[in-house]
Amino acid sequence: MADTKAPPVKPVSVPNAGSARTVLLRRARELALVPALLLLMVLGAVVNDSFLTERNLISILGASAALAMVVLAESLVLITGKFDLSLESVVGIAPAVGALLVLPVAQSGWGTEFPAALALLAVLVVGAVIGGFNGILVVKFKLNAFIVTLAMLIVLRGLLVGATKGKTLFGMPDSFYSLATTTFVSIPLSVWVAGIAFAVAGFVLKYHRIGRSLYAIGGNADAARAAGIRVERVMLGVFVVAGCLASVGGIMQTGYVGAISANQGQNMIFTVFAAAVIGGISLDGGKGTMFGALTGVLLLGVVQNLLTLAQVPSFWIQAIYGGIILVALMIARVTTGRAQD
Amino acid sequence: MTTALVEAQDIVKRYGPTTALADGRLTVLPGESHALVGRNGAGKSTLVTLLTGLQAPDEGTVRFDGEPAPPLADRDAWRRKVACVYQKPTVVPELTVAENLFINRQPLQRGFISWRALRAQAAELLGTWDVHVDPEARTADLKVEDRQMVEIARALSFGARFIVLDEPTAQLDKREIERLFARMRTLQQSGVTFLFISHHLQEVYEVCQTVTVLRDARWITTAPVADMPRAALIEAMAGETLAEQAVDIREVDDSAPVLLDARGLTSDAYEDVDLTVRRGEVVGLAGISGSGKIELAESFTGLHTPTSGTAQLGGKQLPFGDVQATLKAGVGWVPRDRHDQGLVFGMTIGDNATMSVLDRLGRFGFVGTDRKRAFATELIERLDIHTEGPDQPVSDLSGGNAQKVVMARALASDPRLLVLINPTAGVDVKSKESLLARMDSAREDGTAVLVVSDELDDLRRCDRVLVLFHGRVVAEHPAGWRDHELIASIEGVDHG
Repeated sequence: MADTKAPPVKPVSVPNAGSARTVLLRRARELALVPALLLLMVLGAVVNDSFLTERNLISILGASAALAMVVLAESLVLITGKFDLSLESVVGIAPAVGALLVLPVAQSGWGTEFPAALALLAVLVVGAVIGGFNGILVVKFKLNAFIVTLAMLIVLRGLLVGATKGKTLFGMPDSFYSLATTTFVSIPLSVWVAGIAFAVAGFVLKYHRIGRSLYAIGGNADAARAAGIRVERVMLGVFVVAGCLASVGGIMQTGYVGAISANQGQNMIFTVFAAAVIGGISLDGGKGTMFGALTGVLLLGVVQNLLTLAQVPSFWIQAIYGGIILVALMIARVTTGRAQD
Repeated sequence: MTTALVEAQDIVKRYGPTTALADGRLTVLPGESHALVGRNGAGKSTLVTLLTGLQAPDEGTVRFDGEPAPPLADRDAWRRKVACVYQKPTVVPELTVAENLFINRQPLQRGFISWRALRAQAAELLGTWDVHVDPEARTADLKVEDRQMVEIARALSFGARFIVLDEPTAQLDKREIERLFARMRTLQQSGVTFLFISHHLQEVYEVCQTVTVLRDARWITTAPVADMPRAALIEAMAGETLAEQAVDIREVDDSAPVLLDARGLTSDAYEDVDLTVRRGEVVGLAGISGSGKIELAESFTGLHTPTSGTAQLGGKQLPFGDVQATLKAGVGWVPRDRHDQGLVFGMTIGDNATMSVLDRLGRFGFVGTDRKRAFATELIERLDIHTEGPDQPVSDLSGGNAQKVVMARALASDPRLLVLINPTAGVDVKSKESLLARMDSAREDGTAVLVVSDELDDLRRCDRVLVLFHGRVVAEHPAGWRDHELIASIEGVDHG
């Protein structure tokens, strides 16, 4: 290139004017669902008089709380670039273990008759241990997260059915139900807990180094490692936290239903992934916000509620629900203009 | 005498049975730009992994400023000494530039990240090193050159004053390369030392003061660039004297039938392009990146769809935007990037080479294994691919040999039109020769060849070179052009 006549080096102009717009564009993804959510609310109010009542809105929130916790858990794992399918089984088995510890043999418990507080603590520990086990298999032994957690999903479901012999557990102390039954400012405690959990997670993801490291790991694990982030340790921690959060979701579900059946949480993971992806969490990792995930949950909650209010025959509800999820994904794709991956 | 900034002596590194480095040596003096050259597999990458502390040598020592290198686990100490800008980005694409600069060391306020301070620090850092990038931009949206500068700025902010650039120019066009070199010279004046790795020897002459040559995992020589004429450097790299490439201008057979005839092709990347290629003719397409040359070539392979215009191949309409139909019509091609579009790295050489001709190797969609093997073996011999056989995975191959596999697939279907896009990118000198020789022999068989390249060596063999500028054909040079003439029209200096 010795004979190249190099053009004079011109300073590259900094796109200052565009920066406000780029910030707006970046926010667009997380706000993408807000118009859709508002539209649905208006639609609901028009279609059904009882939709926009305080009671109905609170019931939507109460019904969504458990799902919200699991979506929160899954979102954290997804942002880190991994998968955890077994969370739906944690929703079942974690509170079931607590119940079995507390119930006498006559009520198909293990007869240990733990005090309720200790049993509730055990619920969290079960979630954390399962998350930790998944994490070790995925992070330390480098097994494929999808298959490992799929296997765990089946194993845990089987353990739950085996331990309860397929029976439904009920008659636990009131504290097992209090998240759903106690209200504060006429809103169930479970909704407050889920709301606070989202707020804390959102804050940590935005303003704490560990939170930011989830995005770095999910975006480019090698770069994160080169920047001194302990990638393995953070991933393991995320799996443990996710297990814990899902077990809290399990307790909420128990309170909402009033009992623990052997299939509590079954098939929930599909809705969880749908809510997360509609809310802008990327299945490839490194992308998405808690606010987005929350709007995803609320959207599905409102749709579910509308379908019930509209008295859609129950045989058709699943097909319509699935169809709406598909449409929501397409809308999210169009409004953001970016490929979902 | 000044202490060497980096000194590596008697380095040996083995990976299992293969010795990646048998006698590695490197001495870099402070403030110089030091070139590290060698063919693919000479041990350059291995030496870089050892110098950046990603792995420890089996034997030998690495010293910085006369001090022994820090232990591998002490990443912080390494980061203060040396940084490497790889071809593969080491930034997180979804995060902003500012955050990438301060990953895991964001400024805190009461334990939480202060985004305002982060932005301010990032802007200051970018300003200090004169990097004109918006700190708020999403890193994935940056151009390659800007991304490289961000990585360099990040390395400098750790206190490192020794930067390894691993083939930094591979993905840049000429203008961007000039800007990178200008930056390198400025940084050099402020006391930054570079180790520069490149396949392009002219770049070594342009920015480096000293050159170290590796060959077959051994140190060959270290000398000032000024004392090392080009022929001597090539000889040191190749271990043999490559004859100066003589250009023999072939008589273009004007009576040969026109095979490819494109009229008024227009798309968002180029407009109103007329192009003809005769049987046995090699036509080059040149231009800066973004000139539309790649899109134009991809239009004939079905990868890019023109919005209007027609193309005829041997008198028949060439379908646009349909890869399958283009293959059937008799077009073979080497795509622009062997990593993205060229090869399936987990599959074997045989599978990769025969991927587009499987229908010929069996019936009703079933593939005859023996026929496939035989066919692949023949291709391997024809292209002189250095491999254990067709069952070796492509991921084992060096860049040059991998590119030959891509070429093998292009030739496998006995195409009437061969479209080569950057056929020799990231390939060592010798593989390049052998790839270009394939181009010549295809031409002798009466194939029409269209070559898109930034390399003058590739274009020199063409019967004609068309130059695109902002999507229009602005010049046509018959074989025998002078370098500066072609470069002038590529850069748009000789026309408005």
